[in-house]
Amino acid sequence: MNIITVENISKKYVIRHQTNNFNTFRDVIGEKIKRLVGRGNDEGEREEFWALKDVSFDVKEGERVGIIGRNGAGKSTMLKLLSRITEPTEGRISIRGRVASLLEVGTGFHPELSGRENIFLNGAILGMKREEIKKKFDEIVDFAEVEKFLDTPVKRYSSGMYVRLAFAVAAHLEPEILMVDEVLAVGDAEFQKKCIGKMNDVSKAGRTILFVSHNMGAIEQLCSRTVVLRQGEKIFDGETQEGINIYLRKNEKVFSNEAEADLSNYPDRDSMGNTARINKIKLMSIAGQVTNEFKMGEDIAVEIETRFNETVKDPIFDLTVTNSIGQYISNIRSDWEGFHNHDSNGIVKTRIIFKNPPLTPGVYFLSPEVIRSITEGACLDIVHIPISFKILNNDITGFGSYTNWDSNKNINMHIKSDWS
Amino acid sequence: MIKSNNIVVIEPNKKLSNYWRELWGYKELFYYLAWRDIVVRYKQTVVGIAWSVVRPVITIVVFSVIFGKVAALPSEGIPYVILVTAATLPWQLFSTSLTESTNSLVNSAGIISKVYFPRLTIPLSSIVMCLVDFAISLVILAVLMIYYGVVPGIEMLMLPVFTLIAVLASFGVGLWFSALNVKYRDIKHIVPFIVQFGIYVSPVGFSSTVVPEKWRLLYSLNPMVGVIDGFRWAITGGKSFLYMPGLFLSLVVILVLLVTGFMYFRKTERTFVDVI
Repeated sequence: MNIITVENISKKYVIRHQTNNFNTFRDVIGEKIKRLVGRGNDEGEREEFWALKDVSFDVKEGERVGIIGRNGAGKSTMLKLLSRITEPTEGRISIRGRVASLLEVGTGFHPELSGRENIFLNGAILGMKREEIKKKFDEIVDFAEVEKFLDTPVKRYSSGMYVRLAFAVAAHLEPEILMVDEVLAVGDAEFQKKCIGKMNDVSKAGRTILFVSHNMGAIEQLCSRTVVLRQGEKIFDGETQEGINIYLRKNEKVFSNEAEADLSNYPDRDSMGNTARINKIKLMSIAGQVTNEFKMGEDIAVEIETRFNETVKDPIFDLTVTNSIGQYISNIRSDWEGFHNHDSNGIVKTRIIFKNPPLTPGVYFLSPEVIRSITEGACLDIVHIPISFKILNNDITGFGSYTNWDSNKNINMHIKSDWS
Repeated sequence: MIKSNNIVVIEPNKKLSNYWRELWGYKELFYYLAWRDIVVRYKQTVVGIAWSVVRPVITIVVFSVIFGKVAALPSEGIPYVILVTAATLPWQLFSTSLTESTNSLVNSAGIISKVYFPRLTIPLSSIVMCLVDFAISLVILAVLMIYYGVVPGIEMLMLPVFTLIAVLASFGVGLWFSALNVKYRDIKHIVPFIVQFGIYVSPVGFSSTVVPEKWRLLYSLNPMVGVIDGFRWAITGGKSFLYMPGLFLSLVVILVLLVTGFMYFRKTERTFVDVI
């Protein structure tokens, strides 16, 4: 029996480009008067943007469906429509049953209020009745492990405690349909495990779950079925493992068979202003031969070219390594290695050598990033997974080639060990 | 497994037939939001409750001196301080609820963009704190009435009705402004102007009998004229003059503001998230 039916849903956003920056007081006043009269640059440049186009799918009772896709694929918009936060431009959704949507943990938490007060406030915001919260109160406190600080304002909580409390409230909702967006991306590893466990319990109780995530590991564990979105369209709907493969292959299709990539027009990135832009990335052997296949243990040389449009004092360059199911493996950062490029301006080429990388055979992805400085931490440009490389098997120990005995486990690292 | 058989249909521009029932279903959220505002207000400020008294007292003193002593305006035979107090308290209620409700949606952007509920809950709950302030400030009135020996009559029973009218007046404007403020952030700069001029345009520091007879009906287009006259009438036991056609006109203006404000709010409510 269908519990959710999504029919031909589309969502259009209108983006207004505001060109003037209100530099002088006169501009501000002038703009205000224009606004009040109803003119102004309101009708300036408008751009239409379809976050979702003609998406349809059904969810049956008790199903656990993952929604995956790159940034801007429309996942979050889909969830916002399903949870009635905004209305679709076209199409129709019908939902049977009580919905709880979790787009964020701790929505409406007030820093001045105590833990106890926030449990009630947050519960009410998430749609719990007061009786229900009272009944679950002890369980929530237990789960969050904050009993000692119940009457402390949450502004004095550590970020870990805050997140635990926030998730605990949400985890004790008892809806028939639960919609979750990326909330597992917060908290430490142990807590994440607890959260996934809790969500598994929820689903075992026969509830329907819709889960949006970048974390393929969590999707794999939790969802039996997956919908893959790309640029607002549904490109796959079916078994999770296949969905994840398609999602990753889509990335590969763009670039990853190349060892060299021009990133100047690469769409999947987050940039702050136009201060810096990563233009090129290239993978090479240590001998300088361009390749994206390396033997296990072999050094990997990476070259990135960044264009700085203004001078940035001592920026940090960063490469994030992710595995084939999207889990983070390593962060490789210039500042940790004592590399500094003071007063970066114009084209800056950086060459990085991964020394003796302890990666096991498989496919890995790289995401280059430029950060303004250690103190400010602002990300100037990050390019998501534009390039991949393959680690090939190699007898690095001299006792035969590496074998992953249990292919269900995702093993990415080889630690050299002495045995006696 | 499925207990509730209510089917929710999400469509563009859908008319929600059971809007009021749904709103009622969220009464606990309304209660918690109002409770949060009150708790936070009294936790954050040092003077706390005193603040709700200090503000009107300053206005009362200044207005009584300027309009009553310096300008020596007529007072309909009641102590000038009482005349001013009876107007300052409802005016303060009106101006704070207008300010709070106008900013309420933008201040709650975090919740609005993450959770669904009838958005009307937010401006509604923001007014509760203003009512609490108002209730506390009534102490000033009580003290002054005892001091000047003003004996209230049966008309006093109408005070809650005029309080309600004041709230409705501010809510009518507040509905418009809160929804407009989501799209045009400069609305919040207009409200302080309205509040600042409004206190002089409305008969707060003087009796509305000062206004020439022929202009009185026109003057009553300002919904606070009816409210303030009503307050004075109720407190002085009917001694001050209550101009009925004016009160009626004020009520009509308030009703128009409420209905159109609600319609505009409903129309824009579903896409607040896209612009907030």
